[in-house]
Amino acid sequence: MSENLIEVQGLTKKYGEFVAVNGIDFHVRKSESFGFLGPNGAGKSTTMRILAATSRRTSGEVSVLGRDPEIHGPQIRAHLGVVPQEGNLDVQLTVTENLYIYGRYFGLSSKFIRSKIDDLLEFAQLEEKRDTKVDALSGGMKRRLIIARSLVSDPDILILDEPTTGLDPQARHILWDRLFRLKEDGMTLLITTHYMDEAEQLCDRLIVMDKGSIMSEGSPAELIREHSTREVLEVRFGSEQNVRMAPAMEKFCDRIEVLPDRILLYTEDAEAVLEEIVGAGHSPKTSLVRRSSLEDVFLRLTGRSLID
Amino acid sequence: MLLSAAVAIAERREGKFGDRYYAGRSRAVLERSFIAFKSSTWFVVLSGFVEPVLYLFSFGYGVGRFIGNIDAGSGKMVSYAAFIAPALLATSAMNGAVYDSTWNVFFKMNQSRLYHGMLATSLGPLDVALGEIAWALMRGLIYAIGFMAVVAPMGLIPSWWGVLAIPAAVLIAFGFASVGMAITSYFTRFQQMGAINIALLPMFLFSGSFYPLTVFPGWIQAIIKALPLSQAIQLIRALTLGVMQVGLLVHVLYFLVMITFGLFITTRRLDALFMR
Repeated sequence: MSENLIEVQGLTKKYGEFVAVNGIDFHVRKSESFGFLGPNGAGKSTTMRILAATSRRTSGEVSVLGRDPEIHGPQIRAHLGVVPQEGNLDVQLTVTENLYIYGRYFGLSSKFIRSKIDDLLEFAQLEEKRDTKVDALSGGMKRRLIIARSLVSDPDILILDEPTTGLDPQARHILWDRLFRLKEDGMTLLITTHYMDEAEQLCDRLIVMDKGSIMSEGSPAELIREHSTREVLEVRFGSEQNVRMAPAMEKFCDRIEVLPDRILLYTEDAEAVLEEIVGAGHSPKTSLVRRSSLEDVFLRLTGRSLID
Repeated sequence: MLLSAAVAIAERREGKFGDRYYAGRSRAVLERSFIAFKSSTWFVVLSGFVEPVLYLFSFGYGVGRFIGNIDAGSGKMVSYAAFIAPALLATSAMNGAVYDSTWNVFFKMNQSRLYHGMLATSLGPLDVALGEIAWALMRGLIYAIGFMAVVAPMGLIPSWWGVLAIPAAVLIAFGFASVGMAITSYFTRFQQMGAINIALLPMFLFSGSFYPLTVFPGWIQAIIKALPLSQAIQLIRALTLGVMQVGLLVHVLYFLVMITFGLFITTRRLDALFMR
C-alpha cells in the first residue's frame, strides 16, 4: 500500500581506513517519520548526507525516489529539504532574504517565492523578524528559519540532522510542534537524533545505530517491547555502594544495569519490586519507578548510554 | 506524486552535458551577491577604486616630475603618468579579483558555510564558482570604468584603442579570480592566505609597473614576462598607448588558459570538498 521513497542496501562509507557506515539496510515509506537514533559518531549524519546527494558512498545500493543520488544529484536534491546540523544561514542577509535567495538557488521565480514567504515566516513564527539580519536571531529562531528555508522548494522529503541539539527545552518544544505539523500534513521526515525523547516524540519508525551498524529497527513501542521490560526501577545506594549492591539486586528482577550513579532494574512491575527490596531489608537512598524508554533499549543493545 | 516547480526545473537539465556540476543557474549565486552588497559597507567597495588613483597621483605626478618622458617600448615616448596608468589599472584588476576570490571565498567556504547551503540545493559546484567569480568581475568592471573615467580626461590614454583596456581588465580579473578561487579551495586556515600576499607584492613591484623591464638582464626579463601580472600590464599598456600587434593575442590566450584551468580546478575541488 505504501511506496518506499528511500531504499538502502548494504550501504558502506569509508573514510580511508575508518568505516563510518558499515553495510546497513533500511527503507523509508512515503509520509513516514523515520529516525536514526544513536550517539555521536554512529554514522547517522554520514548516512543522511549520502541520501541527500552531498556525499558519495563507498559501496552498496541507494535509491532515493527511485534514483541513485550519486548519478542524479541535482535532480534528487530538488526533491529534498535539508536542515543541517551546523547552521549555514546566510549571515549577510535578512530573514526574508534568506528564504528568497534559497528559493532562487532552486531556480524558482521571484514571484513564486514571494508568494510563499509570508506562509513560511508564519510557520517559523518569525513574522516580526522578517527584516532582521539572521545574526541577531536566537538559536531556536535560526533553527526554525532553516526549517522554513528548507520548505521553500516544496520538498517531498525533509532531512533533519540533529534538529534540536543545542537548543533550550522551550525552544525544543516549539520546534517539535512545528515538525509535528509537517508530519500531520503528510511530509516524509528523516531525523537523526541522539535524544531518545525526540525519537519517541517524532518518529513512527527508527533504526538504532552504533559504530556504523544498525542494532535494531522498529517503532519506538516495538523496540521497547522487544528489547526492554515494561517498567524500570531506578535505585541509588550512593556512589560507592551501587556496585557492591548489584549482586543482591539481581534476584529481584529479570535483568539489571549498573551505572556509575544508579542501578536499573528491568521488570514488568516496578512498584512490586521496590516493595520486595525494601521488604528484604535493603534501603536505597532514592528510588524511581518509570516506563522503559529508548534509552533503555540503547543501553541493552550496546551496553552504553546515548549521551556520554 | 505531483512535481514541485523546483523538481521540474532540475529535470529540465537532466542528461545534459555536465548536469552533475552545472545547473545553469550561476546567476542565482550572482543575485545573492547583489543582495548582500546592498547592505554592505560602501567604504570597502570605494577603496578598490581609490587605491590606483592615489598611486597614480603620488607616483605619476610626484615621481613623474623628476623623470619626464619615458620610452614605453618600440621607441614611443610617453609621460611617466601615462606609462604607469595602465599598469595601475592592471594591478587593481588583479587585486580586486584576488581579494574577492580569496578572503571572501575562504570566509564563505569555511566560516559561514554558505557554499554548504548552496550545494544542498539543486545547484552544482560550477554554478557556485561561476556565480562568485562573476561578481568579482562586475566589481572589476566598475573599477575599470571608474579609473578610465579619471585618467582619460587627464590625457593619459593617448589612443582610442584604450577603450579596449576595460574589457581587457575584466579578462585579467577573470583569470586571477578563477585561479585565486582554485588556490583558496586548498586552504584550511586563515594564516595560509598570507602566502598570497607574499606572492603578489613582489609581482606588483617588479612586473614593470613603474619602469620598463629593460632595466633587468634578459633572463630575469623572461621570467617576469611569464608572470600573470606582467602579462596583464603588457596587454593593457599596449592598448592604452595604441601599440597594436598580433602578439597581444598571446596575452589574451594566457588569461583564457588561466580562466579554464582555474574553473576546472575550482569545480573539482568544490565537488570534492562538499561531496565527500
